[in-house]
Amino acid sequence: MKPSVIKRHIKDSLKSLRRNGWMSVAAVSAVTVTLLLVGIFMALLLNVNHISRQVENDVRVRVYVEKKTSKAQEATLKQALKALPDVTKVTFRSSNQELNSIVGTYGSQWKMFSGDQNPLNDVFLVDTKDPKATVSVAKRAKKLKNVSEASYGGTTAKRLFKTVDAIQRGGLAFTILLLFVAVFLISNTIRITILSRKDEIRVMRLVGATNGYIRWPFLLEGAWTGLFGSLLPIVAVDIAYGLVYRSANLSTAANGFDLYPSMPFLIWLDLAIALIGIVIGALGAVVSMRRFLRI
Amino acid sequence: MIQMKNVMKQYDNGVIAIKDLSLSVDPGEFVYVIGSSGAGKSTFIKMLYHELTPTKGTITVGKYDFAKMDNKDVPLFRRELGIVFQDFKLLPRLTVYENVAYAMEVIEKDEDEIKPRVLHVLKLVGLEQKLRRFPNELSGGEQQRVSIARAIVNAPDVVIADEPTGNLDPDTSDGIMDILERINADGTTVIMATHNRELVNSRPHRLLEIAGGRLVRDEEGGAYGNEA
Repeated sequence: MKPSVIKRHIKDSLKSLRRNGWMSVAAVSAVTVTLLLVGIFMALLLNVNHISRQVENDVRVRVYVEKKTSKAQEATLKQALKALPDVTKVTFRSSNQELNSIVGTYGSQWKMFSGDQNPLNDVFLVDTKDPKATVSVAKRAKKLKNVSEASYGGTTAKRLFKTVDAIQRGGLAFTILLLFVAVFLISNTIRITILSRKDEIRVMRLVGATNGYIRWPFLLEGAWTGLFGSLLPIVAVDIAYGLVYRSANLSTAANGFDLYPSMPFLIWLDLAIALIGIVIGALGAVVSMRRFLRI
Repeated sequence: MIQMKNVMKQYDNGVIAIKDLSLSVDPGEFVYVIGSSGAGKSTFIKMLYHELTPTKGTITVGKYDFAKMDNKDVPLFRRELGIVFQDFKLLPRLTVYENVAYAMEVIEKDEDEIKPRVLHVLKLVGLEQKLRRFPNELSGGEQQRVSIARAIVNAPDVVIADEPTGNLDPDTSDGIMDILERINADGTTVIMATHNRELVNSRPHRLLEIAGGRLVRDEEGGAYGNEA
């Protein structure tokens, strides 16, 4: 296509958007409402994922070493643990370090167990590739020599994985549903504006316009509708996220988790909202006008 | 310019609008097509610009043989024609200038070529003062002149006019006929379907009469009143 023709299509699409008046306003409003929902939900879901990933990463296998295991045997055990499938990192914590962290958490009266009195075992902290692999890694580790016990948080971890899974799956399903509603709403509104221009399309065909040529201004008009419709949701989500981040992050940070910081998260979110608007607008226009283009 | 051989058109509902029609029109001719309502005149005209395709028989317009044409060629074929309708079929959202320019934009002409040509044809039909008006601000005669300007802006070989004076009063109709005859004098073939008895009788040209889906009269300089 010639550059002059592209320029003409862009100009025509904007002109027609303006001359369509209230029809355009209606279409843009439909996009605005839907994208506002999409934007809010995307911010919510992405942060739930973000936090659940942090929670998951906290889950690891604790392998307790039998008492009276020599240093050399511990080194062999460490190698054996490393060789297990799905294991990424093995960290050694001596019984003294373990006791110190208990003392740090629960108080100095626990100091009486220090030295030879220490009832705690040496521990290997095993990180796994996937949090879900902790179950199988713990089972395998238990069978290794010099291991007294291997735990992965047991039912707590299992329940946590289930919850995170449910949130992710439910959230994904809801987002997809929302996007479907968006396509339906937008393409329906655009369909009404195109229906009112059925005769126009007929005339275009009679003066020899190809289907491709006719489609372009409509496609661009849909894309503009999507873009303009995304402006308000972008501003609203940006402001709201800033406020939520400031108040909510204090409480979540205290628990060791954090939300996405506003930058660059909001830039990506804004781009995504604008892109969804443009794509859905253009798609809605093309889908709605298909049946007017049969010769 | 136009050849039709044993053309038959049957609609999906079984109605046969054209039974068996053969004719030939040479380049540069001015041809009236007359016939009462339901005679098949509209079907005949629509087949000329490929809005309808024949059920049987062959149609050739210019270098386009309908039998060998696929859907992609239809827009290209229509660019070789100028079509004028009884109800003008202007784009209501576009100004007079834009309506005429549109026919050139569609075939991807450049702006510096479009502007002088559009101004030229609008002057030809006497509308150079109303470039920025919208169709609903014009009289019927003026709208029809815009639609003629649009039809001839790409210098087509054939202009097909379907009852171009059907909605206009006699004086305005005369003005439209002047324009069509002037276009014809420049070498463009003009096919005009009409009901207008006075026009046909006062401006004699080749006359085709369609009745009952057949060509019943083909007479140079024929007139209403001596029907076959």
